[in-house]
Amino acid sequence: MFSWFGKVSFVPYSKVQDFAVHLKGGRLMGTVCKGCGYSTFPPRADCPECMSGEFEFKEWSGKGTIYTLTKIDAAPTGFEDEVPYTVAVVDLEDGGRLLAWIGETISEDDAKIGLDVQVVPRIFEDLEPIKVYYTVEQAGTTWGKAPV
Amino acid sequence: MPRVGVVGIGHGVFGRRSDATVQELAFEAFRLAMQDAGLTREALDASVIAAVPEYHKQRSVAGVVQEYLNLNPKPTWLTEVACASGSAAMRTAWMAIQSGLHEVVAVIGCQKMTELSTGEILALMGRVGEVQWESVFGTTFPGYYAMFATRHMHEFGTTREQLLQVAIKNHHYGALNPNALFRKEITLEKAMASEPVASPFCVYDCCANADGAACVILAAEDKAKAISDKVVWLDGVGSATSSMSVLRRPDLVGLPSAQEAARQAYEMAGVTAKDVKVAEVHDCFTIAELMAYEDLGFCKKGEGGPFIADRRSYIGGDVAVNVDGGLKAKGHPIGATGVSMAYEIISQLRGDCGERQVPDADVGLTHNVGGIGQYTFVNLFRRD
Repeated sequence: MFSWFGKVSFVPYSKVQDFAVHLKGGRLMGTVCKGCGYSTFPPRADCPECMSGEFEFKEWSGKGTIYTLTKIDAAPTGFEDEVPYTVAVVDLEDGGRLLAWIGETISEDDAKIGLDVQVVPRIFEDLEPIKVYYTVEQAGTTWGKAPV
Repeated sequence: MPRVGVVGIGHGVFGRRSDATVQELAFEAFRLAMQDAGLTREALDASVIAAVPEYHKQRSVAGVVQEYLNLNPKPTWLTEVACASGSAAMRTAWMAIQSGLHEVVAVIGCQKMTELSTGEILALMGRVGEVQWESVFGTTFPGYYAMFATRHMHEFGTTREQLLQVAIKNHHYGALNPNALFRKEITLEKAMASEPVASPFCVYDCCANADGAACVILAAEDKAKAISDKVVWLDGVGSATSSMSVLRRPDLVGLPSAQEAARQAYEMAGVTAKDVKVAEVHDCFTIAELMAYEDLGFCKKGEGGPFIADRRSYIGGDVAVNVDGGLKAKGHPIGATGVSMAYEIISQLRGDCGERQVPDADVGLTHNVGGIGQYTFVNLFRRD
């Protein structure tokens, strides 16, 4: 059910679609190649190094640091109601990078390159069907305590 | 290796062209290029059309252009690599000629962007990035380049004023270009006060969608010499790619594809960055031009801000950059842009640019980026 991922979904099917099921369960998953051990985020089914198609999910801590960011005022279709929103690229402690919105626990003044952060799984509670995503929150924020 | 030369060029007026279809725009540029070359259609072996399909209601736009130019039954094909489609067309025409398959090839870049509704434009804007992991967070084209700008400012101390100096320069020269969309100077105060788009960018950091077409006719060396006594040579063709996802890039302060494409083009033409007198670079956003100075080797990485602040990319500086107004002031009909860049460099090397003429221009290049640097083409031109 990869269509669960994102307020607007452009990708209904993927070999890594269980990512969305894990995210609904509060787990942020990367992938590890069973052939050579290459690990990556975002997840991918096929290893870019050894070309194996065998992979397994592994839980990422979600800890990271802001690499860059922008506050978007002119939104595309489907995101008009969110404006303005800040998108950040985060360097993840467990490897790889992630792009997501800055959440409510980080003020506009604090949202800066180099800030230590915690990526937190989230659900759009007012949307049907199931829609999951993640946000970038203050370091130490946990899934249960995250504002929704 | 024999050379490939330019024997004819043509350029239409860029802007909101509510008076014409895409094939009618293509005809304007084609007619001028054929007149410039002194050729009739019988002399052409093939055409290459550059256009980005999702902006046109007519599917497979090369077909309707080829018919309207009365080029049937000659072969044609479309090149598409987003905003770099025009330079990709130049490259494939160069390849077709160097292979010996064709001797004279017309390259036509054409695009109508203003027929889509605002809703259709906003929907397209939402799918510019990698759609599985990035577009789901409402990323936008300006948003991506804004993230490069944020990082560039953080690492190198680049300022808002330096970014907007790019827009001020390009509007300054655009005011002198009869084919440009915006023909007026802008001030720093006005630019700083424009509407926010994606921090740190405001409206004046961004280029504008436009309609338009440009045409360049390329020929094999012997043929080119027989056709024209003012041949400009396409002596270096560089092309490289970077990851679709910005999450897979080594950094967000430059475009690896541009650095590699530039290296290839310089090596093939046997020149260095210091030899380049005039350049057309892909200034879709202000930061993109600063990164181009660095990626092309006009200055060191991180020094793009001081480079523009010291006016080293104006006529009379180290290298004249975007003295036709660039994407910023000339407008950016995405399929036409790469061919329009080539048109300007060829005009400069011929010495035909009037008050915008760069003195002693003998080596020039085009730097044409597709998407957010997923594709870059650097083409190196020279006159003997």
